[in-house]
Amino acid sequence: MYIYDDFDRTLVAERVREFRDQVRRRLSGELTEEEFKPLRLMNGVYLQLHAYMLRIAIPYGTLSSAQLRTLAHVARRYDRGYGHFTTRQNIQFNWIKLAELPDAMANLARAGLHGMQTSGNCVRNITTDQWAGVAPDEIEEARVWAELLRQHLTLHPEFSFLPRKFKIALTAAAHDRAAVKVHDIGLRMHRNGAGEVGFEVMVGGGLGRTPFIAKTIKPFLPKRDLLSYVEAIMRTYNQYGRRDNIYKARIKILVHELGAELFAQEVEAEWLAIKDGNLALDDAAVAEVASRFRYPQYAELADNPPELAKARAADQRFQIWLDNSVANHKVAGHAIVMLSLKPVGGPPGDATAAQMDAIADLADRYSHGEIRVAHEQNLVLPHVAQRDLPAVWRALDEIGVATPNVGLVSDIIACPGLDYCSLANARSIPIAEEITRRFQDLDRARGLGRLHINISGCINACGHHHVGHIGILGVEKNGEEFYQVTIGGRAGEDAELGAILGPAVPCGEIADVVEDIASAYVELRARPDELFVDTVKRVGVEPFKERVYAAR
Amino acid sequence: MPLVKAGRIIEDRFVRVLDDAPLPDGAPVLLPAARFLADARELVLRGAPTGVIWPNDRKVAELAPYLDWLALVALVFPNFRDGRAYSQARLLRERHGFRGELRATGQVLRDQFLFMLRAGFDAFEVTKDADAAVFAEALQRYSVFYQPAADDRLIARRARLFARQRPHPEERRATTRLEG
Amino acid sequence: MTSPLQQKLKITGPVVVTANRLGDGAVIYRSAAGAWTTELASAAVVSTAPAATELLAQAAADKLTAVDPYVAPVTVNPGQRVLPGNLRERIRCSGPTVALPGAS
Repeated sequence: MYIYDDFDRTLVAERVREFRDQVRRRLSGELTEEEFKPLRLMNGVYLQLHAYMLRIAIPYGTLSSAQLRTLAHVARRYDRGYGHFTTRQNIQFNWIKLAELPDAMANLARAGLHGMQTSGNCVRNITTDQWAGVAPDEIEEARVWAELLRQHLTLHPEFSFLPRKFKIALTAAAHDRAAVKVHDIGLRMHRNGAGEVGFEVMVGGGLGRTPFIAKTIKPFLPKRDLLSYVEAIMRTYNQYGRRDNIYKARIKILVHELGAELFAQEVEAEWLAIKDGNLALDDAAVAEVASRFRYPQYAELADNPPELAKARAADQRFQIWLDNSVANHKVAGHAIVMLSLKPVGGPPGDATAAQMDAIADLADRYSHGEIRVAHEQNLVLPHVAQRDLPAVWRALDEIGVATPNVGLVSDIIACPGLDYCSLANARSIPIAEEITRRFQDLDRARGLGRLHINISGCINACGHHHVGHIGILGVEKNGEEFYQVTIGGRAGEDAELGAILGPAVPCGEIADVVEDIASAYVELRARPDELFVDTVKRVGVEPFKERVYAAR
Repeated sequence: MPLVKAGRIIEDRFVRVLDDAPLPDGAPVLLPAARFLADARELVLRGAPTGVIWPNDRKVAELAPYLDWLALVALVFPNFRDGRAYSQARLLRERHGFRGELRATGQVLRDQFLFMLRAGFDAFEVTKDADAAVFAEALQRYSVFYQPAADDRLIARRARLFARQRPHPEERRATTRLEG
Repeated sequence: MTSPLQQKLKITGPVVVTANRLGDGAVIYRSAAGAWTTELASAAVVSTAPAATELLAQAAADKLTAVDPYVAPVTVNPGQRVLPGNLRERIRCSGPTVALPGAS
């Protein structure tokens, strides 16, 4: 976890002061809404259907318990007692008052939290694998590089007024849990033949109106060149990204229109002029930032302690949870614990202030004071000793975040949709809630295996529906809510976009459609352990379409 | 529209000539790109300072041959959300070594002054009188800068290294103790 | 789907002018008295394009209270009760259609 120093703290405090002044000037009329809107967006302040929404960055998804408590405090003091974790490892508060925002931000700033650049046409929160630093399949710690990039791109004078938003994701593991291929820049750590570590650089991924999988423009970039190469990409985009049409302004359109090869050449030409300048990262520069990362002093423990085996045997519920929500840790005797924020019949990804406080306490007691936010809208306790798992489970169960549905059909990823969002065409939360009710039987959910459902309430795709195993897109037809279904999408290193299943179905039928898809899968799969998404790959969309639309 | 330079509102000594009108004798002139490029040779010989208004969708590299005698390059923010001129400014300063006046024109607002300065602008046709009046104040908003740019403000990386080189008094005492 | 904020004024039934309140983002409606109200029941209802345009223009002039006013459809039932005219406006009027987490 990165610990702020005086410089980091000062910057955030100065930002709060600046925003306080901007709010004052807006409330007095000195700034028009047109002049104020980009400024508030650059602090993560949206105006939604019912109220202002504040989006707070959780850099690379890592939170300290103190920070989580601060979020709980903000939820209580300035909002309606809860927050929503997003697909970009941020948290959103939905009921904020503009006039109170500077105070809320000052509270957050004291804990090293802020909403800088969580919206607007600038570089957004840099996301990564929620298991960074603890996953066994990791090449090395990636978050130092995310932090180097984060600082470099924060209040960057040249890149604060881009053609459109810009999203970067990083992964350092064999399995990409950060969906890097659907980001504007995706960075994937590799070890080359000589054993050196560097980044594969991909550009132009993105969802929304025109979804694209990112193209690799640099198969292996030495670590020292990370900042200069990203700078070259940003400068190319800032100058040549389209400014005439907001629907064609993302870098994915520029890469598509120029072609990846020509785009790569433009970047290379710019990069050659700067690569050996003041952006080159020498060991000292990296060590400087790395020195403020704190890592747990893990106890020396053995795997599978007897108390764990005993608890497993004694309690079936515990065993079910263990098998579902706990993953292997790179350090012996430890485990990664997933906290499901997807209760049956509840809104996906939300946590109450009380839950946040309770989780913060658990983190202090059992996870070296650290929590992670996953882009699947769940939380993680990344440093739990295996012998503590029974106690942790009982506590999580009390808090209501131990539903053993992580990665299953009821672990739905959904945007807030028309219940909150002014951009939406249709609601997503009630759909998610109904689906969780249909699949609340855990045996049934387990029987379907890993199955990711992603729901977006509009084409902006904040729910990442294009890369869902089952993707659901809300559309509006003649004033009614309809839902377009895709299947076969994937978000990882084998990323691909889902294929449309058939005509959009009305609101009242979408949960039935999902059940029919599940039934079709059970019928069509080669073996019980063939994943849904692999069955789709093997048999194609047609067999599913036939079965689902037979009676429609 | 007040012109701000070196933190103060000043008179603009440049005469803008946006059409084909003859150039006023001996006066510094600011010309659109097309006229400037067409008349470049005469302008050098004219003996008075020349400035060019360069559009934000043209490469500043085209100006390279003229930069050592151009007194002024005016870049354009058609609206404050169009940030192309930030890249142009940095390229002019850092890539092409331009030392003359680099002026921000178009929609130039208080909340972008510091970004513009860091990008290399040193003169500002400020849109609102009220903003021009508080220019100096706007520059004080931030004391921490994470990344190098066209300016020479101390960036965090360097400041941190300086801080480390002077060990904290407590640390010094501790090491002395260890060394016996 | 075009955001209501970009609509050309095409009035096919009763409408109100609505916006968000600057200070807290609350949903507000333009009243007949030229003020703003959080109660749809107190909103000025008009049924012609000229009237809607006028109401919108007045509303838009009040930049210190209201952000992004626009024309929204309503239905008026036989008892003269004004109700939101589509799902989006129903949600703006009554809040999210789902229970808020931890709502007491």
